[in-house]
Amino acid sequence: MADTQARSKPLPEADEASRPFYDGALAGRLMLMRCDDCGTVRLPSRRHCDRCLSTETTWVQASGRGSVRTFAVMHRVYHPGFADEVPYNIAVVELAEGPRIVSNLVGVSNADIRLGMPVEVEWERHNDVALPKFRPLTSDR
Amino acid sequence: MPHPMRGATAITGLGMTPMGRVFGKSATELAADAVRLAIADSGLRKEEIDGLLTNAGVTGTAGHGIGLPLQNYLGLANLRLLNHMNAAGSTAAQMVQYAALAIAAGMANNVVCVFADTPLQEGTSSGAAYGGAARNPGRPRGMAGLYAAAGFFGANTSYALATRRHMALYGTTHDQLGTIAVGQRQWATMNPSAQMREPITLEDYHASRWIVEPLHLLDCCLVSNGAVAVIVSGAERAESLRQPPAFVLGMGQGHPGDVQRAGVEAETETGAKLAAETAYRMAGVGPDDVDICQLYDCYTYTVLVTLEDYGFCKKGEGGPFVEDGRLAPGGALPTNTGGGELSGYYMWGMTPLSEAVIQARGQGAERQVAKHDVVLCTGNGGVLSYHGCLILSPHRS
Ligand SMILES: [Zn+2]
Repeated sequence: MADTQARSKPLPEADEASRPFYDGALAGRLMLMRCDDCGTVRLPSRRHCDRCLSTETTWVQASGRGSVRTFAVMHRVYHPGFADEVPYNIAVVELAEGPRIVSNLVGVSNADIRLGMPVEVEWERHNDVALPKFRPLTSDR
Repeated sequence: MPHPMRGATAITGLGMTPMGRVFGKSATELAADAVRLAIADSGLRKEEIDGLLTNAGVTGTAGHGIGLPLQNYLGLANLRLLNHMNAAGSTAAQMVQYAALAIAAGMANNVVCVFADTPLQEGTSSGAAYGGAARNPGRPRGMAGLYAAAGFFGANTSYALATRRHMALYGTTHDQLGTIAVGQRQWATMNPSAQMREPITLEDYHASRWIVEPLHLLDCCLVSNGAVAVIVSGAERAESLRQPPAFVLGMGQGHPGDVQRAGVEAETETGAKLAAETAYRMAGVGPDDVDICQLYDCYTYTVLVTLEDYGFCKKGEGGPFVEDGRLAPGGALPTNTGGGELSGYYMWGMTPLSEAVIQARGQGAERQVAKHDVVLCTGNGGVLSYHGCLILSPHRS
């Protein structure tokens, strides 16, 4: 593997199940799966609804808003692509629609992150993929 | 009426290889060493072993762990019970449970449960062994790719997120978490099998480097090569064997599930609660009756949250509960008396189980707790996802 490739951050690529999510991301839309039978909204692109096990599903656009459920600050370099980033935050955001997503918070210093902080999605664009990041909505810092 | 499983079986043999940076033997060879030691310890003849349960550790994920072929490596013929089990860190307790149920049902007589793992390679760090997806070449695919893209690697991150939530919700402090680490190190200084035997202070804890904040290095367990085996036998047979039996008074499991959606409190409320209900009822005891705890301690926080879910204190009060040194030598609730996974050795669920057997037998030498009638032993796997427990005692009834 070329050295430059080893040093870049891992960029995900869609598989068949997650393609609507990543296609939506490129268009600036945060997409979730909603069960046609019971209305439960889920994020991981699973064929079955975890509540009623139905496979009838529609992808829907989420509001993009949520709140910080919990967060951590990474100090170790487990992947060379993050060597220049440490210490960086990792957050679990609970979306307004219910599902939780793992991401990073932007526009806030690690010391100012609080649980429950309202956040909104913004997109970090790369060549062929866009990644959801979250920015605090209010500036109570 | 006592529960029919209460005291029906006992752990009759214990075998432990050297553990830690132990090189030059495969997982299979280490497992065979542990089984040989356990059989010798019990006084059973090898021909009396009619059950084998295996658990491979992280080596299993990598594809070269122990499994069903171990039967033939050990030359065990005509087994009545055989399985390869995996519920991560809760497997050790679950192997003993399966063995106990099978023995009580008349399906087998003496069942070996063995764990072996070789995550460490010469010249590599402990972190490398459990770094997870960070090692994978190429682009991560699908939704799971969001984790790698966010720089989320391995269990350290997951437990940091859980620990943070408990700290934020309940005011749990680093002093309180550090007290757990310091106390367990005190125990480890008295355990010849422990990897880390130099005493540490709370200052050392605070000064240890961040791994994933809020986890310091000294919040995190060790990584070890090695193997541990136990033998489960019927109570009658146990009483005629070489060692003081560690009777199984109670056992339980709890797996809360996490669909990663609003309404689930997976970070701070664990399967230990369900497991405790079942095990306490079976054993006819409650938290006030427990003399010694051996709690799965992949992180300091795991100890704290497990204490809450077993009812030793209320939810959220784990911090104040531990901060007076209650878990350390001389404390009111001796816990992880061999140093645990933080300071002793990391053999998944076999770490708490091996020390539980040692203490129940009264063979802890310098670190033996005087009152050892009821020993609680827990196993935790995944990210507080899977939980199994045993309540052991030197007394059958
Ligand atoms: Zn449904």
